[in-house]
Amino acid sequence: MMRFRTVTSPHVLLDASVGQVMRRVLYAMLPGVAALVWFFGWGVLVNLVIATAVALAAETAMLAARGKPLAPHLGDFSAVVTAWLLAVALPPLAPWWLTAIGVLSAIVVAKHLYGGLGYNPFNPAMIGYVVLLISFPREMSTWLIPHGVGQTQAMTLVETLRAIFVGLPEVDGLTGATPLDVLRTQMGLGLSVAEIRNSPVFGLVSGHGWEWAALGFLLGGLWLVYSRAADWRIPAGMLGGLAIISTVFYLINPQQYAPPWFHLWSGAAIFGAFFIATDPVTASATPRGRLIYGAGIGILVYIIRAFGGYPDGVAFSVLLMNIAAPTIDLYTQPRVFGARRG
Amino acid sequence: MSESGYLKILKDGLWTQNTGFVALLGLCPLLATSNSVVNGLGLGLATTLVLLICNVAVSLIRKLVRPEVRIPVFVMVIACAVTAVELAMHAFLPGLYTVLGIFIPLIVTNCCVIGRAEAFAFKNGVVKSAVDGIATGLGFMLALVLLGAIREILGQGTLLGQADLLFGEWGKGLTLHLIDDYRGFLLAILPPGAFIGLGCLIAIKNVLDARARRRAAAQPATVLQEAEV
Repeated sequence: MMRFRTVTSPHVLLDASVGQVMRRVLYAMLPGVAALVWFFGWGVLVNLVIATAVALAAETAMLAARGKPLAPHLGDFSAVVTAWLLAVALPPLAPWWLTAIGVLSAIVVAKHLYGGLGYNPFNPAMIGYVVLLISFPREMSTWLIPHGVGQTQAMTLVETLRAIFVGLPEVDGLTGATPLDVLRTQMGLGLSVAEIRNSPVFGLVSGHGWEWAALGFLLGGLWLVYSRAADWRIPAGMLGGLAIISTVFYLINPQQYAPPWFHLWSGAAIFGAFFIATDPVTASATPRGRLIYGAGIGILVYIIRAFGGYPDGVAFSVLLMNIAAPTIDLYTQPRVFGARRG
Repeated sequence: MSESGYLKILKDGLWTQNTGFVALLGLCPLLATSNSVVNGLGLGLATTLVLLICNVAVSLIRKLVRPEVRIPVFVMVIACAVTAVELAMHAFLPGLYTVLGIFIPLIVTNCCVIGRAEAFAFKNGVVKSAVDGIATGLGFMLALVLLGAIREILGQGTLLGQADLLFGEWGKGLTLHLIDDYRGFLLAILPPGAFIGLGCLIAIKNVLDARARRRAAAQPATVLQEAEV
């Protein structure tokens, strides 16, 4: 028997449904997640599992409450992507309720109360992250020391589960500050950037361990851009904006401002550029607007890191530019073919 | 004046035209001082007192004031009432006065005060205006206390904390610690918690109203059926 495959029109380059794009985002996160697991242990995976379970439960409950069909909305993986984006940003030994509150804020408040996928003005994962950051500053800044720094032994799966579900054992040297935290506090003590970078948490370019995770996310992100699941303009704009402003300040005073390559590889810059800022619902929609939107995030990230009250600012910057996105779209609408210029 | 008229005024102030949930007037103090039950109760009482004084005063002078200059006159009356209430609180409730701070003098800018003067007291008699002032004030207090309770429970795990500020020494015993060793959900205390909490309360009120309407719509039908039987 012959089978005829239906082929889409030749001018349609991408046969992407929402579910397909979301699945690609999940695949693209795998290298970065693998690096995080290698350096920070089982906690990363446990967080992913908790977040996914809570997200699916919350999505099901909200869809049922709103009288929407379950199968198409659960099958588009958007809740799973939100959960993963949030879980990766959490400390590896975050207590289970921290992850749950973050995911519930993201799915219930930021997504469904605003009308569900496609109607939410703010990036749900970042809303969840910011809710946790301002509500539980102590839990959110308790990061594990990466594998390979200090004398700590890697935690077993059982120890990790106990830490997450019962409580963190009071062991010195298990947790520590992130590189951006170290940079911020030491800078307050009057040390120069070069002196601070001798600290063991720093690796070749930025933080030890973190730089490999950033490389993993860069690889995944480049594949996302290559497969057109994400528009190149947003990461290009964001990393470009961050690079330009950090270079300017580095040239003004290299003692006081960290070099641009450090900023690009630190914190959530790469991850945010490719995975968070590129959320098609909350980002700007026009080609020029996406460059401006990305650059705005990059510049805000630098301003928050260098002059603000928090060590990293990707979440706040993304949310601030989410507010600006409709205005950017209004002023960057492409000229209709044949319409007059100006 | 029929009794149902007063009942309607009370019902409007407390529920149908509630300042906090329906008219959304005076959002600034509502959102800013509702981080605990005691703060909400304190500001609610102060606002109720101001509303009562202003409504009575405006109703008394309504025939003497030309309509062209009524707004400046309202403003003067309200400013006097707020100043009197502020000085009284400073004298008798210094602790609460310190906690509420700028929001007591800011009652003067609460739109619901001038709103009731313009919409009700200027057109109605003294007794009705007094009832309206109390009803509107209690409605505002209801919103403040409900929102304050939600934010205090979520944010600190207590209810009626710092009650001694309002009730004196014996108020210390009123504080309920609902959850021992509660870490505190800081977001509920911070300004976003006020917006999210108020949004949820308005949603709940709308659901209750919709349910009541549906029941009211179903009522005549059942009456008819009973009549047929």
